[in-house]
Amino acid sequence: MSDVALRMEHVYKKFRKGEIYNSLRDLLPALTGRMFQQRELREDDQREFWALQDLSFEVKRGEAFGIIGQNGAGKSTALKILSRIMKPTKGCMVVDGRLSALIEVSAGFHQDLTGRENIFLHGTILGMTKREIESKLDQIIAFSGIEEFIDTPVKRYSTGMFARLGFSVAAHVDPEVLIVDEVLSVGDYVFQRKCVDRMKEVIRGGATVLFVSHNLRSVAEFCQRALLLDKGRTVRIGPAQEVIAAYLNRSGGEHSADTNSSPVSISKVTVRNESGERSQFQSGQKAWIDVELIARSRCTKLSVSLYIRDEYCTLVFNTSTERLGHGNFTLEEGEAFLCTFELQLNMATGIFHPSVLVNRYDIQREYDRWEPAATIYVSSPDDVRGFVHCFPRVVRQEIRAVSEANLAGATRRVASGEACRSE
Amino acid sequence: MKEELQELYKYRGLLYMITYRDIKVRYKQSVMGFLWAILMPVLIVMSGIIVRYAYGLAAHVPLRTADIASVAVKSLPWAFLVSSIRFSCNSLINNQNLVTKIYFPKEIFPMAAVLASLFDLFVASGALLIFLLLIHTGWSAYLIWIPLLVVTMVLLATGIGMIVAAASLFFRDVKFIVEVLLTFGIFFTPVFFEVGMFGDKGKWLLLNPVGPILEGLSACIARHQSPDLSWFAYSLGFALFALLGGFVFFKHLEPAFAESV
Repeated sequence: MSDVALRMEHVYKKFRKGEIYNSLRDLLPALTGRMFQQRELREDDQREFWALQDLSFEVKRGEAFGIIGQNGAGKSTALKILSRIMKPTKGCMVVDGRLSALIEVSAGFHQDLTGRENIFLHGTILGMTKREIESKLDQIIAFSGIEEFIDTPVKRYSTGMFARLGFSVAAHVDPEVLIVDEVLSVGDYVFQRKCVDRMKEVIRGGATVLFVSHNLRSVAEFCQRALLLDKGRTVRIGPAQEVIAAYLNRSGGEHSADTNSSPVSISKVTVRNESGERSQFQSGQKAWIDVELIARSRCTKLSVSLYIRDEYCTLVFNTSTERLGHGNFTLEEGEAFLCTFELQLNMATGIFHPSVLVNRYDIQREYDRWEPAATIYVSSPDDVRGFVHCFPRVVRQEIRAVSEANLAGATRRVASGEACRSE
Repeated sequence: MKEELQELYKYRGLLYMITYRDIKVRYKQSVMGFLWAILMPVLIVMSGIIVRYAYGLAAHVPLRTADIASVAVKSLPWAFLVSSIRFSCNSLINNQNLVTKIYFPKEIFPMAAVLASLFDLFVASGALLIFLLLIHTGWSAYLIWIPLLVVTMVLLATGIGMIVAAASLFFRDVKFIVEVLLTFGIFFTPVFFEVGMFGDKGKWLLLNPVGPILEGLSACIARHQSPDLSWFAYSLGFALFALLGGFVFFKHLEPAFAESV
């Protein structure tokens, strides 16, 4: 067995966009039309586009490798080629070992079958033998946490239960090469943790993992190396942290206002520290956000708002120049306005998106919004989770003997507590 | 070709599982359960008997039990063929999720559709057996031909099934064309009538490869005769050709499945 588990060499993939003849009724007239008009053939060539161009990479045995990029960057196409669902237009691809792809965890489910029947069906589809499934059945059911409903048809399941059962089956396939696409985002927090732990176990077990996700946090957590794709081309390949940083620096936000028609618009937003523009910060560090506005006509009573959201769009923090006690301001035609927010980033590890808004409070008018204006990655040396970093320390910890009387009291409390629950 | 067959063999567990699913779902969904497998053949047999009765009236020939047995025997395989082609035709479209998301040999879908229909055929055969016993059809050594004739039918159905399954994924109207052909196919196939009724012109009807199989079954079960060997060889050859052609056609288009859905 070679050292390389998975290799792509100069892979190209071409798709056709626009109209595809998908019925004979449309195809036949089009074919006869085409015989007389050679021009149409050339137009066809223009309708093609390359979803992947010259993609080459290698993943070593036992390595976890991430692929990141914006929507439409070609990540899913790359995965489909790797899992042999699609053939590359040009180039070649080598996979060494039993491959399993978790592209959609519940794709193999049938609505009318029960949970148990679906475990067998989906397990077989993912490449397990019947005997393998039988031996792991109890484990799979326990992992999903839906023992009670395992003999209910899955059409009566909630979306969460559906996904949990799907992942549980998928997580118990023991592949040599595992391709994972966004499957970790199912279920509640507790289940997600369980999935992450299971993934780590698979990686520790020596499997090669190829991981595709928008969730940069999990890419950073799992992968040693990563690949950044943009419009089908390789932008960067290397250690995961560096590639994530490159991705964060590239992703710009979107203007809501048409910059030519709005009377005032945001022209520039930069996030920096003492030494210059950056996207990676340490928890507790200071950051400065510079905002620049340009007025095309006279505007009164303006203020600038700053929002910070996390990667799930939850609002983490919000303020504005007016609320910070600077009053509102007026801009004349052709004037620019500059301001800088100084922030202390007391956040726990995660990805955050600052957004900037220009508005007038009294008439509730929004002139321009830049959302997200930037993306920053905050890291912390301590293992803390959640939004905020409270800079915790354990200042006292001791183990003490308990008297008989207290122990009996505690047992009674536990017993009565269970009685309550079972009622 | 060899690699593809090896791979298909490797995935035989999945073929079994998908077949099991198709059967289970079909019987779970219908209130009537197993009656479903019998209803369709019963309807065909009944319409066949009416047609034969009308023919008998017109020709002043009384309706014999052998005729009824013949119609009943031929209706079941015909119902099997219609249902396997119909289910294969939709098999890839109905499993789009799996076709676009997970890799495995996709011919499993049309094959499972044929096997599930074969299961229906077995259920219906049980009912047919009781019917034949009731009308005292009797038996002979020629019954040994049945497995061979049924296998030929299965091969033919699988071949056609693979072709229509792949084609219907690329052209959505293939489904409707197939439906029309299946509806009117019964008039071009000796199900309700015997080829013998047409005299010399009967051989033109046997050119339809389903014809010799049905005639063969009718011969060995209802009339206690050997099937016409040369016509059977023709059907078997046709079935093998359809199977091979269908497999090659299917495998040729398979890489494009995920993109065309």
